[in-house]
Parts: sequence; structure tokens; C-alpha cells
Amino acid sequence: MTGVATPLDAPGRSTPARIQPAAFTGTGTLLRFNLRRDRVRGSVWLLALTLGTLATAAEYKTLYSTPEDRAAAVSSMDSPAALAMTGPRHYLSDYTEGAMLGHQMLGFMAVLVGLMSVLTVTRHTRDEEETGRAELVRSTVVGHHAHLAAALAVAVVANLGLALLLALGLTATGIDGTGPGGALLYGLAHAAIGLVFAGAAAITAQITAHTRGASGLALATIGVAYVLRASGDVGNDALSWFSPIGWIQRTYVFVDDRWWPLALCLLLAAATASYGFVLSTRRDVGAGLRPARLGRRTASDALTRPLGFALRLHRATLLGFAAGLCLMGVMYGSILGEAADMVKSIEQLQEALKDIGGATVAESFASMVMVVVAVVAAVYVVMAALRPRAEENAGRAEPLLATGLSRSGWLGSHIAVALTGGTVLLLLAGLGFGVSGAASAGDGSLVLELTLAAAAYAPALWVTVGVAVLLFGWFPKAGAVAWIVPVYAFLVGYLGPILRLPDGLTNLSPFGHVPRLPAAPMAWTPLLALTAVAAGLIALGLAGFRRRDLDTK
Amino acid sequence: MKKAITISGLHKSFGPTHALTGLDLDVEAGEVHGFLGPNGAGKSTTIRVLLGLLRADSGGVQLLGRDPWKDAVELHRRLAYVPGDVELWPGLTGGEAIDLLAKLRGGLDRRRRDDLVERFDLDPLKKGRAYSKGNRQKVAIVAALASDAELLLLDEPTAGLDPLMEVVFQDVILQAKEAGKTVLLSSHILAQVEKLCDRVSIVRRGRTVQSGTLGEMRHLTRTTVEAETERPVTGLDALPGVHALRATDLRVHFAVDGAHLDAAIRRLGEFGIRSLTSHPPTLEELMLRHYGDELASSATSEGAAR
Repeated sequence: MTGVATPLDAPGRSTPARIQPAAFTGTGTLLRFNLRRDRVRGSVWLLALTLGTLATAAEYKTLYSTPEDRAAAVSSMDSPAALAMTGPRHYLSDYTEGAMLGHQMLGFMAVLVGLMSVLTVTRHTRDEEETGRAELVRSTVVGHHAHLAAALAVAVVANLGLALLLALGLTATGIDGTGPGGALLYGLAHAAIGLVFAGAAAITAQITAHTRGASGLALATIGVAYVLRASGDVGNDALSWFSPIGWIQRTYVFVDDRWWPLALCLLLAAATASYGFVLSTRRDVGAGLRPARLGRRTASDALTRPLGFALRLHRATLLGFAAGLCLMGVMYGSILGEAADMVKSIEQLQEALKDIGGATVAESFASMVMVVVAVVAAVYVVMAALRPRAEENAGRAEPLLATGLSRSGWLGSHIAVALTGGTVLLLLAGLGFGVSGAASAGDGSLVLELTLAAAAYAPALWVTVGVAVLLFGWFPKAGAVAWIVPVYAFLVGYLGPILRLPDGLTNLSPFGHVPRLPAAPMAWTPLLALTAVAAGLIALGLAGFRRRDLDTK
Repeated sequence: MKKAITISGLHKSFGPTHALTGLDLDVEAGEVHGFLGPNGAGKSTTIRVLLGLLRADSGGVQLLGRDPWKDAVELHRRLAYVPGDVELWPGLTGGEAIDLLAKLRGGLDRRRRDDLVERFDLDPLKKGRAYSKGNRQKVAIVAALASDAELLLLDEPTAGLDPLMEVVFQDVILQAKEAGKTVLLSSHILAQVEKLCDRVSIVRRGRTVQSGTLGEMRHLTRTTVEAETERPVTGLDALPGVHALRATDLRVHFAVDGAHLDAAIRRLGEFGIRSLTSHPPTLEELMLRHYGDELASSATSEGAAR
């Protein structure tokens, strides 16, 4: 549907090579404008990612200074659970501090760099269109492709900036096994994967008319890429080659220093970005690829009840997360059998097992997967619990609260969806993991065991909801602070074991108090305590919201 | 008569901004009350205090005899609200949004809803995203009028409507008035207020500057007179209350205070009136007299020395 496209725009459909330079008019101005808008946000991203890397590198230096320490690191890393969380096993062959960085940090950083790139591209393309600002800008002397081109250019600047900072920083710290060439490769690997996901966002921003949907779809590609490489690194190596995150990990930076996998990334990024440009010529400004459909004439009975209405607003996000988490569970479950087999072939693991306290390798792998599942569910829960704030900011809460719907009723319905939605996500992921794990390991009892293990994280999710509600009630402008909970849980859950963080830090996160089923035994006390804390936070948040002014436009 | 709304000495600040600085408002039950003022005068803030969405810093506020902050939900069952800037849910159709708002308010008269949808020429099948500003406004108006509320709070409800729809709107509001409903209509469209309202309150910079029936207010202001006479008019400028006199040969043009109209016309009669046009002060003139000091050079404010 080209709609208002003039003959000038139309050729883009079949021959993108003939896109005229005029279509890019204004890109430079927009780029400068975007960079200015992003100057704080972008600097925070780059500094956080760089400092995080340098801090981790410095930590390796103190933790693994002797060959014995490094040998111990190899043996603790050589388990399915550890490989699924980190990267391919080849790094272990020469496990210097540099190799540790490449092995343990690349996959993790790829997710964060991908997140940064996706949010950058959608913010400067789809969000501009959705808010109507793009229309105003496009009415000036600005070409058809200028918005997307400028958004991608911001992503290029950010990613290259990050590559440079990392290369310089790592060269300066000069930790064992990192040379200037390796450091540059390490930095550029980040840039390469960032551009791949920027390219993915260039496509998803054309597909749907909503920023939330465009970001969500692009983030899902990051999730799929991560799970593919996790499965490949534990089991069949071929799977990792379907994942761009697998590609950059196969640079074997600081071990073999292979450069050519970066070329694969750049090719993919160029191809996806070009396809984004082509797709953009097939739609109207502000619209998605699918033409808008007509809907119902009257509201269903369920919709006119507060809970039914809230559910309707959350439906799309909830379904997306449900599908994603279920798929994630199934994929991790499918390698559970191989994880169990590995224990028989690797002598050292028998040793490592004693440390975990009687848990089998499959069980410790499973409890590691649970942490990841819980963090993803926590991301949903924060999005859901901050939805009332988004509604309030958009001016859509005002007409509702001017009806017979009370403030508690309105907020409560959103909280109810967040609480039950998060719990259902855990159950679905656990069930998917359990069913496919039971099939791959040939043990039917895993279905129930793993589903319950996932469900044990529900009280921690409820506390996360509580934090968001508390902020919404008392400090509505600081609602986004609630993101600290899943981010912190991820950092501690992921880096905690690697950096051997003290328990005090882990216990700051509600997720740190959940018993790590099935590797650890069940403990009811922390779960009940978390539930009580969640109830308290929610009650407090509701009280605050009843007391404050509604923010109006 | 019973009061639907009583506000006295209402104050509301947002940080350093003083939105309301001692606002008073009285609305009788069953009347259509115009709430006039320029942008930023505090009209929307007042309405949101009446809805219990904002909490008053100080001052007395009574809505249908109760406290709008404490009894918000129960009061909301008896009133309907149309915001000035209507935002709809992108994924819901207009029809769904109407039903949602009306049912949450406590009830929906389906026949009236369908009738209103038709009269306002609204397509209820489109998704919220696809509506223009005017159509979003219609959704809110239909939702407000489709439920059986005794009080209507309308905050510049027709800002995006075309003139045809404006007429439909006036019609519908007059019907609501006949049905005994109370309406608070905030607006800066003066013609609309003149047509619909029994009484008017003018606010400015967070306080009420004048309140009363249009008749009372006109009495306070001037009638414009234009006449052609047989002989040149003299001595008119010596009369009290006559302003902005312009005379060319046999034509005169002047404004006269309501209290002195009679004397001025008598005087005019002495010179043999051939034709006479006079028009009452418009609300534009009323408003300009209140805000005139902000307009550096305005013909109407020339003689506003009073």
C-alpha cells in the first residue's frame, strides 16, 4: 500500500538501487538533531557498558591471577549450565583473562548492545511517527528515507563509539592476554552485533504502527539469537551458526583473534537495513505494513469491566512474552538431556558436583535457566506495572477516573493483570522447559518439578510489581526507576557466580532470596516473606495514588 | 434554587505556578453555565478539581452538595465529563470506547447512544488511532451524553468540531437542559456561550472577574449605535456615558453605556432619524473589556477608563 507515494517514491518497491538521493535529503540535519537529543541517554549507555566491562576485567585480574585459579575457572566453566550462560567451549583451551572476557562477556554484552541499538532506532523512527512529530518534520524539506537513515546513523555512531572506548580502555588496562589488536577486535565485535540488531529494528519499525510492538519484535530477535547460541554452545555447534551472537563469539577474541565473523555481521546488518528502506516505501507515514482494520461496533461485556479492560490493554504484550518464554523454555529443555549426558563424559564435573551440594548437573543447569526465565518475566512485570503511568501521561486515565471507576479500582485492575500475568508467564516457561526437558532427558517427573521450580519465583515478581506500584503512587515521575529491579537481578544472577559476589549484594535483589530449585531444596519462609513485602508495597502504593494529584496534560 | 456547584476562594498551585488564586463559582441546578476565559486562566484546573482528579490547596468546593475529592466515585456516577483534549486507546474502536466510558459511569442508554452516533455522523468501527481530533471529541461527547448523568462538565468540548457538528452539539445541549440537567460549559467560543448559557462566569489568571446573567452583564456595558439623521447631530458628546463618537455629515456612530441609552436616543430623535441600527454588546466586547488592558491598541478599549 503506497497510498500517497508520489512517482518519485514508487520505484523503491522493486529496485531499491534506484532510490534517489533526494529521498535522503535532510539526513545530516536529523542526525545532528538526534545526537543532540541522545546526548545524555547515549553517554550513559556507552559509559555504563564500558565501565562495566573494565570493572569485570579488573575483577578477573584479582580473582584469577595464578594458573591454578585459571584452571579452576576452566573446570567450573566446563558445565552445560555455565556454557549456556556464557559462550563456546573453545575459549577454555587457553583461558587467559582476555579469553575469559571474550567467553563470559560477549554473549551478555551482545544482549545489552542489541537493546541499546534497538531502542535507539525505534525511538528515532517509529516513535517519531506514532507521536506525529515525524509528520511535522517530513512536511519540511526532508526526504522519505531521512528518518530511518538518520536513526541508523545514530546507531552507527553509538556502536563505533562504544567499540573505540572498549578498545582504548582494554588496551590501557593491559590485562593478561589482551593486545591492542585483540582489544580492537573485542570492541568491534560489540559494534558489529549492535548494528545487526539496529538492522533488525529497521525492519520491525516498518511492520507495526506502534513503538512498543516494533521494539518488542526486535527484542524478540535478540532473545531468539541468544537462545540459539546457548543451545548450540551446550549441544550441537551448528545451531550457534544460525545466531549472529554466535558469530561474534566465534571470533575467539584473545584466543585466535579471527576477524572474518565480523564481516558476516556487517553483511547481515546491511541487508536488513536495506530491506527496512525497501519496506518503508510500501507504507504510509504513521501506518504499519498491514492496513488498519475496522473493529467492533460495540464493546463486549468483558471490556466494560475494569479488569477486562485492563486485560485488553495488556493483551498483546502478555501474549508476546508468553510465546517468547514458552519457546525459550522449550529450547533450553531440549538440551537438558545433552546436559545430563555431559556429566558422564567429563570427569572433572564429578568434582564440581560436590560443590553444588548433591545436585546433578542437569539440576544446576535447570536452576540457572530459571534465573533467566525469572528475569525475562520480571521485564514483563515492570512493563505491565508501569502501564498505568503511561496511560496517565497519555491523558487516557483522566476520562476513566472521571467515571464511576475508583482510583484503587483502576490501578488495582492493572496490578492484578501484572501479578497474574507474571505468574502465568513463569508457569508457561516452566511447563515448556519441563515438557521438552522430560522428553530430552527421558524423565517424566521433570514436568512437574520444573514447572514448580519456575513458579517459586512468583513472589519475587510480585515484589517487583510492588516496587513499581510504590513508585507510581508516591513518586510517579520516577516510575522508570523500577527497571532497576530486573536489571539488578540480571547483573547479580549472571555476574554473581562469575565474579563471586558476596551474598549481601545478591540479597538486595528479591530474586536472590528465591530457593534455586531444583538444585537447592525448597524453602517456604523466604517466599512467604517476599509475598508479605509485595502486599505491603502494593498497599502503600495504592494509598499514595489515592492521595496525589493526577498528572494531566 | 439548589446549587449544583459551589466554589469559594479556591487555590491550587503546581510547584511555583499558581494556577488558581481564589476562584469563586456558583452554578444553579438546572442551568447551563458558561465558564469563560483565555487559555491558561485556570478553567481546566477548576474542572479537574471538581472531578477530584486534583486536590484543592485551599478553599471550599462542593459538587452536588458533596466533597469532590472524598466522594469522587459516587459523584462520578451522577456526572459526565468531556475533556478538552480527548485521548483514545489506539487499539479500541470508537464504539468500544463509548461503551466503556458510559458503562463505567454506571449505565448506557443504547438507543440514545446509537441515535447520538448517527447525529454526530461518527463511524464507531474505526480504531482510536485512526480518528481525527474532531472525531475523538465526538466519541467523548457521545459517551458523556449517552449515560444518564444529571451534571455535565464540558471542557471546551467542541474545539475540534466543524460548524455543522457545532450546531448538532448546541441542539443536544439544549435538549439536555430541557431534561433538567445542569451543564458547566467551559469555552472561549463566545457565540456558543451566548446561544446556550443562562449565566456566565469569566475567569482570568486563576480568579473569577465577573459572574452573572448575560443580561446583567450587558447592562454593565455599552450598546453600539449607528444612525443616519436629517440634520447634522450636535451635542451628543456632551451627554454622559457616550463613547467613541464618530460623526460624518449626517451619519453618527457611537457606543453608549446601558444606563444612558435612553437619553442618547432621545437626543438623536431631535435631529430626525432616517435609519437606526443598534446592536447589544457581544461577548467579544465583554471579554475585551476584561482583557482589554492586555491589548495595547484596541478600538473597543479606547474609552475603557471606567
